[in-house]
Amino acid sequence: MDFGPHLILAILEGAVGASVLALTALGLSLVFGVMRVVNVAHGEFFMLGAVIAWFVATSIAGHPAIGFLAALVIAPLIAGAVAMLVDRLILRNVAYDPEATIVGTIGVLYILQQSTLMIYGPEARPVEPPFSHRIALPWLEWGENGLAFYFPWGLSITSYKLFVIAAAVVILMVFWLVISRTRLGLIMRATQMDRETALAFGIPVQRVYSIVFGFGAALAALAAVLIVPIQQAHYLMGHDPLLLSFIVVIIGGLGSVRGTIVAALLIGMSDGIISVFLSPTLSKIIATLLVAIVLVFRPQGLYGKKMA
Amino acid sequence: MNLDARSAALHLGLIAVLVALGFVLPTYHQGNLARILVLATYAVGYNVLFGYTGLLSLGHAMFFAAGMYGCGLAMHLGGISVIPALVVGLISAVVLSAIVALLALRTIGVAFMIVTLMFAQSVYLTVLYLGEWTGGDEGFVIAQASRQIAGYALTEPLTRYFAALILFSVSLLITARMMQMSFGRVLIGVRENEERTRMLGYDVFRHKLGAVIISGTICGAAGAGYAVLFGYVGATFASVQYSIFPLLWVLLGGMGTTIGPLIGVAFMFYLIDYASGLTNAYMLIAGAALVLLTLFARAGIVGEIRNRWVPWLP
Repeated sequence: MDFGPHLILAILEGAVGASVLALTALGLSLVFGVMRVVNVAHGEFFMLGAVIAWFVATSIAGHPAIGFLAALVIAPLIAGAVAMLVDRLILRNVAYDPEATIVGTIGVLYILQQSTLMIYGPEARPVEPPFSHRIALPWLEWGENGLAFYFPWGLSITSYKLFVIAAAVVILMVFWLVISRTRLGLIMRATQMDRETALAFGIPVQRVYSIVFGFGAALAALAAVLIVPIQQAHYLMGHDPLLLSFIVVIIGGLGSVRGTIVAALLIGMSDGIISVFLSPTLSKIIATLLVAIVLVFRPQGLYGKKMA
Repeated sequence: MNLDARSAALHLGLIAVLVALGFVLPTYHQGNLARILVLATYAVGYNVLFGYTGLLSLGHAMFFAAGMYGCGLAMHLGGISVIPALVVGLISAVVLSAIVALLALRTIGVAFMIVTLMFAQSVYLTVLYLGEWTGGDEGFVIAQASRQIAGYALTEPLTRYFAALILFSVSLLITARMMQMSFGRVLIGVRENEERTRMLGYDVFRHKLGAVIISGTICGAAGAGYAVLFGYVGATFASVQYSIFPLLWVLLGGMGTTIGPLIGVAFMFYLIDYASGLTNAYMLIAGAALVLLTLFARAGIVGEIRNRWVPWLP
């Protein structure tokens, strides 16, 4: 393939990665923004979503689309419920102290990951996509008869991947509507701005925290259900999304929703594009070092306010 | 007895018990204890920063790995003998910890944890990327014949045990002495109240810088010791898991106590040893321990003993 078609392919793959990353990172960002809690177990809720999707999809017979739709509902619900339990049993009891919550969620990370290893096993298992058509993409080239369309070999995308991008956009819009236009969103934003005042105005801050923590985990699980027909479900798959989400949330500015989405597009796309041309390990090294440097010299990120 | 004499008696007594154990333990447990002593050295180094200075790092595996790869590669590729290789390992750890300290100490709190995590992650990925020399995930084995000091083979169990004990004792005595000197006192001041320490006229940044470098160097020494004594160098030791372990050990044993790290490592080592016989998901134990510690015993084993019964414990 020539450079042009190659680049288009890299951009499309990058867009799939970026849309899933945006959903995952948004969950992390929401939890940090409202609760000031760094949820190190966030990647495991992502993994949980994918594994539950496999269980649901294999236990429902019939067309793969039915199982997939069921997983789309069930996986976020279960992951959210587990997260609310974690909030209730652990985070609340350490009074959301920053260091204690980090150590506690590291513990939750291993508990979820290793329990999955015991129940689900060490294999990577695929989930069948609800639909998957190969769509060949045209490319323009200056040929003998002037400008001409042709379909280069290998330049194609599946309809499912396009669906993932569209679904992520829809979910992001719904999320934005919930945050900015509903009562629940108002309460969340009030709690984020000033916990004490919110409490004084009769907002049940404790319950808001539970809901936000569950909501964050559900977003990660939803992202995982979307990606699991492309990647396989595996008990260690939470590691990379966690790291990338951290990177996105830091670059975007801790707790800023707009910054998170912009950064997710930036990181997801460049990760997709760079790893086509450079070794993926090298691109990861560069990315992690860059993030560390950003955090050292500009801790508030691109859009965030200075944190205490 | 005054406090300093009591703590000296405690530490020398502990070392005497460990010397005696070297002669009476069966070979299996002797090997385990040698490994525990090297890992406890790692925990002692971590404790300097986390327990005494109050800085929570999530990236100490990079210092352990710096010592391990510095020493291991010097022997494996450079073909030099044990003592100079250990020096190479130590120098690598000093250099890396100085660089990391200068950058990471500009941040505080949660940002410090994430910055150290990111630096450690890039060190880990670099080890994988340079797989041609480091062997990547699989790592490499250091030739048995080269693992000897002045004719004493470090592969021989009893010699290895005492080499590990010397490494641990030196780091234990250095940190215990350090915490009695004014430098160590200032570190505790930084942990308790950084603003007040600064107001009293101490250069907080210089003390934190010193703490990171001392902590990183002791961890590097543990890594170099591990490479020489057990002859294996692998990328696992640079992974996130090995940054979490010292945190777990120190929390379990008791942060800010001199003997806590050893107690924590020994406890966790045998717990994981037992659990891995039952299931391959033995890290479940580590996860549960972390959660239970944050919920119920923030002071750890030795810390709780100190709070309840023996207030003079160093």
